[in-house]
Amino acid sequence: MQAIYDWAQDLYQRTGINLVFIYEEYERVRFIEGLQNTIWLAIICVILSVVIGVVGAWLQGSHFRILRLVVAGYIQFFRNTPPLVQLLFFYFALGKTLENLGVMPMYDAGGWQQPLIGNFGWAVVSLSFFAGSFNVEIFRSGIEAVPTSTREAAEALGYTRLKSYIYIILPLAFRVSLPALNNNLVNLVKTTTLAYVIAVPEMMYTANQIWSDNVNVPEMMTTLFFVYITLVGVLVWLMHRWERSMRVPGFGQTA
Amino acid sequence: MIPRLSAFALAVAIGLSAAGAAQAECKNDTLKKVLDRGKIVVGVKADYKPWGFRDTSGNLVGMEIDMSKDVAEALGVDVELVPVQSSNRMQFLEQGKIDLMIATMSDRADRRKVVGVPEPPYYTSGTNVLAKKGVVKSWEDLRGKPVCGKQGAFYNKATSQRYGANIVAFVGNAEAKQALKDGRCIAWVYDDSSIMADLASGDWNDYEMPLKTEDDNPWGLAVPVGERDCLFGKFMSGMIYNWHVSGQLMELEKKWGIQPTAYLQKMKEKLDFDRSYLQ
Repeated sequence: MQAIYDWAQDLYQRTGINLVFIYEEYERVRFIEGLQNTIWLAIICVILSVVIGVVGAWLQGSHFRILRLVVAGYIQFFRNTPPLVQLLFFYFALGKTLENLGVMPMYDAGGWQQPLIGNFGWAVVSLSFFAGSFNVEIFRSGIEAVPTSTREAAEALGYTRLKSYIYIILPLAFRVSLPALNNNLVNLVKTTTLAYVIAVPEMMYTANQIWSDNVNVPEMMTTLFFVYITLVGVLVWLMHRWERSMRVPGFGQTA
Repeated sequence: MIPRLSAFALAVAIGLSAAGAAQAECKNDTLKKVLDRGKIVVGVKADYKPWGFRDTSGNLVGMEIDMSKDVAEALGVDVELVPVQSSNRMQFLEQGKIDLMIATMSDRADRRKVVGVPEPPYYTSGTNVLAKKGVVKSWEDLRGKPVCGKQGAFYNKATSQRYGANIVAFVGNAEAKQALKDGRCIAWVYDDSSIMADLASGDWNDYEMPLKTEDDNPWGLAVPVGERDCLFGKFMSGMIYNWHVSGQLMELEKKWGIQPTAYLQKMKEKLDFDRSYLQ
């Protein structure tokens, strides 16, 4: 490790390229925390948004009109407002209102009352629901691609609506939806940068702090690019592997 | 009091300028222009309560406006106030749109290349916090607690490194202050003069600035860069010297509801001339 620190220090002295987050401990700790927060935020939001998409798509086909309307309303609200506005709204408006009403549970953070859902929590809620609203529509497109005959066959075999959704329709719909889902999740990972507006110390926020204190803006910008290219690259690689492993020969491919 | 002080200021100015005149070609254009037209144009802040702001009838008032008027009085000319922004104040002076600038400017090396800053500084500001009354008593109280700040401010790193504060930094001051009001942090760390301005605005009556200011940075007024070591610059040095010694700056502080700074007290003691031999 020390060799890498020395290399970065040496690089700065020789070329003026200041990778301060490598050789200075304070900045290194900040940087790693920022990276961890971004990774956590991305993982949690990806999983939650997929769950929201699956559940939402199922509710869209519900027999109850109210449920269908609720899902439609949810999609309209979250898909048609900018994620930046949502984050600010959730944190400053909704979060504070819930606390004022006494609905938000508080916990003691060392002699200091903190709401259960803090800035990280609101970022997770906002980003998951934002990406989730797209996922609902993505899964709907997959569901509608499942042939009616398959659906009827499931019914004929005595599957309930939920059972046929879980065992027949969703597995097929998933395969159709994956490329579009892939796109949306890539977008989600990139959108996590917006969480810096509500002071979530993720990568963007941390890079901003580091370049403000060390005036190494070009270096940090470049670093940010590499971090996100790597993160999204890993996600895309995983999704492609998943796509391949779920391939049903002959399904979804034009002859 | 004022005439006697101004006479002294001029005496100091003329005495000092004799030395400077030898080395550089002092044309003293600005001061000549001011005296000829019988009016000095001073660049001041219009949005920085209580240093320079507009009162309810739209007039520019504040501590720095009072200082500007005092300068005009000492020169025996009228004063014209021109509102300036932090981003354009030095350019206004460079282009001759104003003769003198008294606009909450921190005195820094790079600025001295562009404008002439006569010494001594008339004020200082540094890092402090705004917090609900009674919550914070020392810098150590911030350890491990959430403290709001503005992204990019250098106070953030210093406060977290020295006192272990958990800095929650927002994009702008408005969000950071809203977060403080919402109780999401125990304090807002920022420049003490800006905090004082907030306290003076009357919107923060349950709040206080409880700590001892750290990392003081002096404030300088400015004359055109070529005239710093000439008559105008020396004259302004004399003005500032007298403001310190006479306690006038402290009186103005009091008048405008600004928390007394240790700097003014220290300067008064340091610069006060021992006149005991006269008795």
